[in-house]
Amino acid sequence: MTLFIEQCLNGLQFGLLLFLLAAGLTLVFGIMDLVNLAHGSLYMIGAYFAATFAAWTGSFVLGAVLALVATLLVGMVVEVVAMRRLYGRDHLDHVLATFGLILFFDESVRLIWGPAGLSLPLPVWLSRPVTILPGIEYSAYRLAIIVVTAAVAAFLYVLVMRTRIGMLIRAGASNREMVGALGFNIKLLYTLVFGLGAALAGLAGLMQAPILTVQIGMGENILILAFVVTVIGGIGSIRGALVAAIFVGFVDTLGRAFFPDLLRMVLSKEAAATAAPALSSMLIYLLMAIVLVVKPEGLFSAGQK
Amino acid sequence: MRKALLAASTALLLVTGPTLAQQKTIKIGFISTFSGPTAVIGNDMRNSFELALDHMGRKMGGIPVEVIYEDDGQKPDVGKQKTEKLIESDKVDFIAGYIWSNVLLASLKPIVDSKTFLVIANAGPSQVAGEMCSPTVFSTSWQNDQTPQAMGLYMNQKGVKSVFLIGPNYAAGKDMLAGVASTFKGKVIGQELTTWPSQLDFSAELAKAKASGAEAVFVFYPGAAGVQFLNQYAAAGLKGTIPLYTAFTIDELSLPLQKENAIGVPGAQEWVHDLPNEQNKKFVADYRKKYTGLRPTYYGAQSYDAAQLIESAVVATKGNLSDKAAVQKAMEKANFKSLRGGFKFGNNHMPIQNFYLQDVVKDADGQLSLKTVATIVKDNQDRFHDKCPMK
Repeated sequence: MTLFIEQCLNGLQFGLLLFLLAAGLTLVFGIMDLVNLAHGSLYMIGAYFAATFAAWTGSFVLGAVLALVATLLVGMVVEVVAMRRLYGRDHLDHVLATFGLILFFDESVRLIWGPAGLSLPLPVWLSRPVTILPGIEYSAYRLAIIVVTAAVAAFLYVLVMRTRIGMLIRAGASNREMVGALGFNIKLLYTLVFGLGAALAGLAGLMQAPILTVQIGMGENILILAFVVTVIGGIGSIRGALVAAIFVGFVDTLGRAFFPDLLRMVLSKEAAATAAPALSSMLIYLLMAIVLVVKPEGLFSAGQK
Repeated sequence: MRKALLAASTALLLVTGPTLAQQKTIKIGFISTFSGPTAVIGNDMRNSFELALDHMGRKMGGIPVEVIYEDDGQKPDVGKQKTEKLIESDKVDFIAGYIWSNVLLASLKPIVDSKTFLVIANAGPSQVAGEMCSPTVFSTSWQNDQTPQAMGLYMNQKGVKSVFLIGPNYAAGKDMLAGVASTFKGKVIGQELTTWPSQLDFSAELAKAKASGAEAVFVFYPGAAGVQFLNQYAAAGLKGTIPLYTAFTIDELSLPLQKENAIGVPGAQEWVHDLPNEQNKKFVADYRKKYTGLRPTYYGAQSYDAAQLIESAVVATKGNLSDKAAVQKAMEKANFKSLRGGFKFGNNHMPIQNFYLQDVVKDADGQLSLKTVATIVKDNQDRFHDKCPMK
């Protein structure tokens, strides 16, 4: 039982982290109708900024805050310089241009930080285990990720559902032309939304950095998962992204944890040990396929085009 | 016209003339990982190989040496492509390097088919020691199983009754876990293989190890993954509760990032920087002098030995590398001063050597450092040599 609770926490932590990435992706896709493959690059940039600023300032939290601001600025610059020229064009143009951005970011990072990658060490107070229930110890940092991401999810909910900007965002997701026609500065809204998405991706990157290594191309693997989440959740829907991200996080972690044991019942020990990692990483895609068959628009579709 | 023709044909004759027995340069191709998170390992290997060449005056048996370094990016397909390039377009005399067993296995065929001499400086897949052994393939490292086998023996000494094994799901990971299981007398309670090299979050595996009730955990994670594993082990509260035993997880490259989390975690190794022989002292001292701020690792020591092995063959054959049988014979003698104090080759061209127990201590400079504590096993030969058809 302890094991199950712990694995559920791991699943939740991973799911919430995916939500940060997927939220930005789904906002940009839903509101601007823009396929942004370079979203993973912003995740990478966030991690690199955090590692650098944390080393400069000597404080993890301060480094993280500075990195967040820096990623937000990078995101807004990218929107003004590059993305703005892509609205209203074909999706294939988006894919081509943002793929180019991936190459641009990867090479820039290689030039600035070198090919070897960085590490972001945790402060002592976060690298200890904490007792959350009698008998259950859990990594303080992972718990911190859960708390921070849950807070961000709540903030996003309030922002989108309860504020004027949120209303515009929702309106933009449903009908972009009409928002512009009513006299709102849609350009500014777009820059803000893109910057927000970038900051969310950067936050995911910098929080994942101490667990993984900060390296070139770290965004590409997780971007695929983020797209899966967006598709399952329904494009343009924050609520869908949240539900789908937690769902995917659970399936991935619990699959990795318990699937090998299930497989061992039907296969030989060696075959199961080799096949299980491969098969359990397929579970998510299986899930996506099922959702696409049952509900092609995703679980929570954000209005009709 | 006739004069010109005559001159031209004489010139041609002079060029093609009698083929020279001795070569103008010794060409060595060196494949390792020079980009990505494990590039630090490749750099250490290159540094050590370069240091060996410096010590030789950049000549082997009086013939200048040219080394071509190629980056495999830790990817088997890239490694194979670079290997083919070295053989076909650079036409190298020797190939050395290879960190990763899966990269080596993918690259092996073109090397064996072209009868190019290969000196493996790290990877040691069981297949190459066994049925896929080849007359032109040598290793200055070990067969993968050997080091964890030594760790298994040490765990027996410590009276460990049950263990949980964790490692990456690729050729070397499977060898390592099989190696420790082959000598460990207690019970292997569970085993987890993780996606390699992309998975760096071990939360699910650590939770399982904790819940399994095993007395100890054995782990193999080279490079950056080893740093993440040890730090996550501590963050999950397992350090101090369940003793951890390792192979190739703590070295001079990962230690500065693992810090206190590595203290009290034993490892097995065939080379440690404090082995008390003259050539090793010189190697470590000169390395630290030439590359300020860096410390050599076993990856580097094995690469240094690779350069020495190649030199010994060039000297013995007086640079006549076209006589492949003579080169092979010279290499089989392992006639050089290895940094680990000498070793012999088995029938499969894998070293027969000692394995030591290493521990993490604070050294004279107050820095965390590795230290040889004991010899676990002497003159150990890998367990696949019987399967190699070469006798």
